[in-house]
Amino acid sequence: MRPVVVAGVGMIPFERRDEDSLVDMLAMASWNAIEDANLGDRSVDAVYVGNMASGLFNHQESVASALVDRLSLMPAAAERIENGPASGGSAVKNGFLGVASGYYDIVLVVGGEKMREVIGPKATDVVACMTHPEAEYIYGVTLPALAGMFARLYMDKYNITQEHLAMVAIKNQENGLLNPYAHIQMKITMEGILTHPQAHINSPIVADPLRLYDCCPVSDGAAAVLLTTEEIAQKLKKPLVKIAGVGQATDTHTLQERSDPTDLKAVRIASQQAFKMAGLKPKDIHVAELHDAFTILEIAESEHAGFFPMGKGAKALADGETRIGGKLPINPSGGLKARGHPVGATGVAQIVELVWQLRGEAGERQVKDASNGFSVNFGGFGNNVLAFVLRREA
Amino acid sequence: MDMDIEIYLRPPEMETPPYPPKVITLATGKPMVVRQVDRDAVPILLNAVKPTLDIERDYYDIVGARVYAELLGWYRYRVRDEFCLIGQIDGLLVGIVNTRSYSPTVDVSLHTLAIERGLRIGAHLFAAKMEYSIEYLGRDEVLITAESPIGFRRWMIEYGLEKRDGQHELGGATPYALTRALYFRNKDRLVAGERPVPPELMEVAEREIIVASEDDILEKILGAKRRVTQ
Repeated sequence: MRPVVVAGVGMIPFERRDEDSLVDMLAMASWNAIEDANLGDRSVDAVYVGNMASGLFNHQESVASALVDRLSLMPAAAERIENGPASGGSAVKNGFLGVASGYYDIVLVVGGEKMREVIGPKATDVVACMTHPEAEYIYGVTLPALAGMFARLYMDKYNITQEHLAMVAIKNQENGLLNPYAHIQMKITMEGILTHPQAHINSPIVADPLRLYDCCPVSDGAAAVLLTTEEIAQKLKKPLVKIAGVGQATDTHTLQERSDPTDLKAVRIASQQAFKMAGLKPKDIHVAELHDAFTILEIAESEHAGFFPMGKGAKALADGETRIGGKLPINPSGGLKARGHPVGATGVAQIVELVWQLRGEAGERQVKDASNGFSVNFGGFGNNVLAFVLRREA
Repeated sequence: MDMDIEIYLRPPEMETPPYPPKVITLATGKPMVVRQVDRDAVPILLNAVKPTLDIERDYYDIVGARVYAELLGWYRYRVRDEFCLIGQIDGLLVGIVNTRSYSPTVDVSLHTLAIERGLRIGAHLFAAKMEYSIEYLGRDEVLITAESPIGFRRWMIEYGLEKRDGQHELGGATPYALTRALYFRNKDRLVAGERPVPPELMEVAEREIIVASEDDILEKILGAKRRVTQ
């Protein structure tokens, strides 16, 4: 396989974007990535669009075909990649394979979702369509419900408290304040969301034990990366950030079929694959973007990816190890919790953030001397997970 | 002003007990003082309402235009029995709510205008005006409508309001009612606030109603897109 380099990255602010269509957003993020790479007269060979549910959210299909036309990239190949909330990660993986295999030289990967076109309950329902139709969905199971049940089990098993969950929310919203692309720009406090006698009114229960501030917002947004070969990238005069490791693993569709529902096996296996391919270990990582759609997931993924022993992630969090300036900053972008989670965009946005971090372009949220980054994009409820290791070449 | 005719133009007013101010600890940990203002405050409040007239999102333009008219009408004695509560953080105006009393037993909720978003400020202030109508003015029910889907979710669905026949005075939409029973059923879940307000907080709130700049108001309501190109 040929080495694959991220030559350009681009995003648009995640938020509620009433005025922009899905294709508008994908196009804006794409142009930002193309401009960042400064491709000159080189052409894009293929476009992969990570998107979960444009049909249900926006009544539009074949968005990849629409996007190449909008960008005037014809006759580039174009496909939409769907893998639930890991659609973005899957699109990056497919783009990676296209370049690594030698089939394409320059691939544009863009992820996006326009979720705010529908009301909140409808958005929750659309996302719930990825649950098992007969074993889960018909019983009213939603992703917050699955996360709530998972959180209860995980908290009981590893002595994790509501305070730990709130710490994730507080940390990531603080980080979001440093990220102009983040949807949520608001500092929150333990008193305001948990310990004040009336905090339950500010942060009501969504799915016990998860409260409002334990959940990511519903966002619109898009992010893009331009992948190419080392040879081409060297001519583009950008710091070389390679996709050094890629992992993907699946698990049972339903949570109930897992022998231990607290074991995020797909996260563990995908992470191990990515580290093995990169020739690195968790201790070599300087910055991580984890899929904190719900606060409990940041803690659980940090353990399953191998950064902390099982049951020790919450302590690391409480000790400040995962803050910017800590031993392993997690979600300096604000994560899904603050940056937002337009489902198809998330996996790509994680790569964009890592590239900014590894290039030293992350502004106020820059993690000092970061040269190795890691991400987890969590599909379904952990049934289809992607992990990436990015490395900046000296 | 020719008061000979003016006295015929001004609607009569009911004597009402004042709303005791309270303080709500927000998710940010910051205290928001909720207090009643009288007519004298209206010119300042209108400065905060005016920028919303151009914001289509969530029907801010319609809400803003109506609030503007309701406050101006109240200021110049053309609206009957209106009251207005505001929310302030460190003196800064973050939201306005108003209601009109229809009779000694029924209030008509007019508007909730949140200038700061994402902190349930609108929800907290809406709850405060319901608290005033039910607990302090002793109304049996408050008639409510919503102009935006967000309002419908916050009021009709979160409180489980009862549908009523007839028309709400805001555009003739279907009215929904918050009864005393519904209010007390929801109170612990939705009505926040502590009394008395610490004197130092009250002093800051009463010293000046600070209104954000027009740009700041637009950013607070429209979000991040105004901060970054695209």
